[in-house]
Amino acid sequence: MNILSRRVLPRSKPLTVIAVTVIAIWLLVALLAPVLAPGDPLSQDGTPFTAPSGAHWFGTDELGRDVLSRVIYGARLSLPLALLLVVLSALIGGTLGALAGFLRGPVDGVLMRICDLLFAFPGIVLAMVVAATLGPGITNAVLALVLISWPWYARIVRGLVVSLGEAEYVTARRLLGASTWRALLDDVLPNIVGPILVLATLDLGGAVLLLSGLSFLGLGAQAPVAEWGSMVSHGTEYFQHWWLGLFPGLAIFTVVLAFNFVGDALRDVFDPHTGRAHG
Amino acid sequence: MSVLSIADLHVDYRRRGRPTVQAVAGVSLSVEKGQILGLVGESGCGKSTLARAAVGLVAPSAGTVEFDGSPTTRLSRGTRPAHLLGLQMVFQNPYASLNPRRRVGAQIADGVGARSRTKVRADDPRVAAVLELVGLPTSAAGRYPHEFSGGQRQRLAIARVLAAEPSAVVLDEPLSSLDASAQAQIASLLVELKDKLSLAILLISHDLSVVRQVADVLAVMYLGRVVEVGPTEQIWSDPRHPYTQALIGAVPQPDGLGTLPTALPGEVPDPARPPSGCRFHPRCPEAIARCSVEQPDLTVLVPSGRKLGTSIDTPIGTARSAACWLRIDTEAR
Repeated sequence: MNILSRRVLPRSKPLTVIAVTVIAIWLLVALLAPVLAPGDPLSQDGTPFTAPSGAHWFGTDELGRDVLSRVIYGARLSLPLALLLVVLSALIGGTLGALAGFLRGPVDGVLMRICDLLFAFPGIVLAMVVAATLGPGITNAVLALVLISWPWYARIVRGLVVSLGEAEYVTARRLLGASTWRALLDDVLPNIVGPILVLATLDLGGAVLLLSGLSFLGLGAQAPVAEWGSMVSHGTEYFQHWWLGLFPGLAIFTVVLAFNFVGDALRDVFDPHTGRAHG
Repeated sequence: MSVLSIADLHVDYRRRGRPTVQAVAGVSLSVEKGQILGLVGESGCGKSTLARAAVGLVAPSAGTVEFDGSPTTRLSRGTRPAHLLGLQMVFQNPYASLNPRRRVGAQIADGVGARSRTKVRADDPRVAAVLELVGLPTSAAGRYPHEFSGGQRQRLAIARVLAAEPSAVVLDEPLSSLDASAQAQIASLLVELKDKLSLAILLISHDLSVVRQVADVLAVMYLGRVVEVGPTEQIWSDPRHPYTQALIGAVPQPDGLGTLPTALPGEVPDPARPPSGCRFHPRCPEAIARCSVEQPDLTVLVPSGRKLGTSIDTPIGTARSAACWLRIDTEAR
């Protein structure tokens, strides 16, 4: 966060500032949902299919639920789950990748072939199979998506551990009697945090999209929970009532886009070869 | 007594489906306390491999490296044994040999705590002392490597190594990535440190003109083998091996006469298929029939015109020797 405020924001392009603002707004919305939402996301008090108006800014759905309240409460589901998905994938993938890069040999071989296997399979199809096997539900959807997401982190962390492990400053450290673990912790890991942070930020948008995707397909959040993906999915059944799908769709769109812009900005900061030089 | 002694060292790079590369093919050298041995040769002659093998970063396929009388082991995944910590290395590129994300003081503290295997704080007075030793302000400890120039970084890399109180240091092309004034500064720093700390220094370089200024003993390497060894000034004034003569002839002379350096024709052959006999014979202007058949060994020579001496117990690395049939036939004892 320190890096974010000190190095990204002051010299950023306006786009990055807007993206950070959008994310901040969405986080506030998720945090303050009970205060901000005009009504209960589950109460069916309104008239079904009311077009957006002063009473219902985003209209009501087929059961008379307030779409604005549902979009606001949806942020409480999508954002933490996307974060959980990314953190779990990065932790599992990062740990396995670091082990593969450090131990090399058969462990490396087996882990990387598993990654190849998972890469070769269309991710969303595999996630669907797993989610369907485990049974529909948002927890199982997250588990299924972790299964298809961790290889990306494993592959990148392994590559970094292998290449940084051969860096001269690591060799120099080892010649001074440091153990391999010491060198890995002090010299290699700090140089990996940056790239992984960039990847994870870029991935947050993708995670929101994947979770919504599974919900859209009926394998994620189940009715009556307010979830953006399943809301869009329902919206497609009532195409003439455009507000049902448009507003949750816009929510997904803004969050994904904002995370991508922030990820790009972070990459410019951490990668000395693109963008402005630093230091 | 020699601190670092390399005996009949061979290093092979085995590659699947292709011939084995003999990067180092039988090299014997020794470096004494308070001595700088300069190892020179063209790119690809195996000098960096020799440096890495000397500190245990590459496993030799034959021969031994002894440090302080005990054989060295290859640095594997385990921690380096305590008795080898006095043998250290400085790398060619000071931009790659310092961690960009750690403060200089912390990296030098690694060296200070190396022998005792303790964690030393960056504000330890010993860190400041070693910074002063290499001529840097003690305030450098709080800064990051990118805040320093190439020459200063090389001083930092040297400081980190010196912090471990080594008795032998191998420097692999420590000057080649520096500009001329930084080269001169580091070179004189090496001489100063050698005298002050009685270090044994193996200085690897392709730049004969710089090495000449600092090395006590010179060894010339060609395609994995040492072709000539001797006190620096003797070799410079009277090179015996045709390759050494060519190397010296290729050094530009600031004599104001406009003499152009003479380039040695041809390229260094593929080390995977070294020429038969003397490895230099295809490029040698003086090659005789025997040179393409039989490989000459490094043989102790006497100054021309003098009778053959008797002493042969001079340690390898100091006695005037060359591996050339022309010299062995006429001058060997």
